[in-house]
Amino acid sequence: MRVKYVLNEVLVGLWRNVTMTIAMIITMSVSLSMLGASVLLYMQVDLMKEAYYGNIQVSIFMTDKVTDGEKEAIGQAISNSPLVTEKTYESKADALKRFQKLWADSPDFVNAINADSLPESYRVKLSDPEKYDEFAKTIQGMPGIRQIIDQSDTLEKVFEIFNAIQLSSLVVASFMAVAALLLVGNTIQVAAYSKRREVAVMKLVGASNWFIQAPFVLEAVVAGLIGAILGSIFLFVAKVVLLDNKLQALTTILTPMPDSNVLLMVPLLAGVGALVSAATAWITLRFYLKV
Amino acid sequence: MIQLENVTKTYPKASRPSLDNVSVGIEKGEFVFFIGPSGSGKSTIIKLLLHEVAPTRGKVVVNAKDVTTLRSWKVPHFRRSIGCVFQDFRLLPNRTAYENVAFALEVIGKTKAVARRVVPEVLELVGLGGKEHRYPHELSGGEQQRVAVARAFVNRPLILLADEPTGNLDPDTSIEIMRLLDRINRTGTTVVMVTHDSNIVNQMRRRVIEIESGRIVRDQARGVYG
Repeated sequence: MRVKYVLNEVLVGLWRNVTMTIAMIITMSVSLSMLGASVLLYMQVDLMKEAYYGNIQVSIFMTDKVTDGEKEAIGQAISNSPLVTEKTYESKADALKRFQKLWADSPDFVNAINADSLPESYRVKLSDPEKYDEFAKTIQGMPGIRQIIDQSDTLEKVFEIFNAIQLSSLVVASFMAVAALLLVGNTIQVAAYSKRREVAVMKLVGASNWFIQAPFVLEAVVAGLIGAILGSIFLFVAKVVLLDNKLQALTTILTPMPDSNVLLMVPLLAGVGALVSAATAWITLRFYLKV
Repeated sequence: MIQLENVTKTYPKASRPSLDNVSVGIEKGEFVFFIGPSGSGKSTIIKLLLHEVAPTRGKVVVNAKDVTTLRSWKVPHFRRSIGCVFQDFRLLPNRTAYENVAFALEVIGKTKAVARRVVPEVLELVGLGGKEHRYPHELSGGEQQRVAVARAFVNRPLILLADEPTGNLDPDTSIEIMRLLDRINRTGTTVVMVTHDSNIVNQMRRRVIEIESGRIVRDQARGVYG
């Protein structure tokens, strides 16, 4: 009977103030989907790091007039570095081959280039791509080096954009969260007020605190859960519409986002939504339902 | 059963204490009137006994429990041993007489089956047999107060507190309510009643404790209003 009583109170409570309930659920869902998007982006950056960092190379291009001795010295310096896991030498001929393959679509452009106009280079893989600066210091300034190019530099720029998007969605999420929490607080206040007579009688006859508070807290939790479900749906729709269709070209570069990651957001959002609403409701009740 | 030991209660911002060093003991099964003018501090006693307010100084012992040191999460359970009736009845308007009494049982975890057995019994006891399914607005003031008494008594509390229970009733109805409280008292329930209804006090001839400006000025075993 008590379960039925509490559930009934929850439904009646949500229905009594239905406009506020809807507002609460909408803000909650937007806030939670923003949070989900932020977490997804974070995971995506991790995924991309994994996918790309394994193949990241540092290219050390040499000047046209580099001598064999200088080449030797540079090669030695690279091999001596503890940060290097792999080192290959690319001659002008190798460079041309790679160039031809890369630009196979535009034969005119390829034909205009001969092997001499391409520089010789060392291609180096680092054990930890993040330690590029440390590595660059050890060989920088050696004679015969024209330029050291770190591929991860380019990737970092992409990640920076991702991080910026992630951060801004987190900011939006927290602003919406504040609005959602205020709405939860207000809804609980209204609910407590409209049930003040019942609450007074319950206190008088000695109903336990949890029994008095449970319907209110559950009311908030149910709203939070509905918000979380809506938020998850937003995320999924956004993923399908944006990443899988409109921006498909981008995802081939940026590694696809696995559905399992999006699914993972459902329990996360539900947990956060329920927990945060429950806590807000409970704290509100501390102020409005003094025992 | 009830012990107040050197109890002082000063409300925040109040210039003088509502109760000033009050000591009084009430035995099990007693019927006690607290009388005195408005603002004398008699309602504060009820609030102290219910642990609605805590004393500024002194000790309040109810049912051998020191209310002053009672942890807040234990208060609900403590209140189940005390029934309470007020001047304004405090009934739920959208529930019938039966539902009002049953509500008090259900919210402390009693089953519907228990309610079905006990509620008609107690409504019969207070003289509302046949009116179980009326709503409060369909009942007279006296009948509403009977519902309130039934609700307070349905749990068979050891103590019944009544805060001006006849304040909203005419003299004849008041006497009926008093008869009811008297019957409840005869079952062994300690009754503490706050009132300034001199008629009733004079008729009942029970223990009278008079309070004035927060101090006990009279404590008489078979007193009158004076």
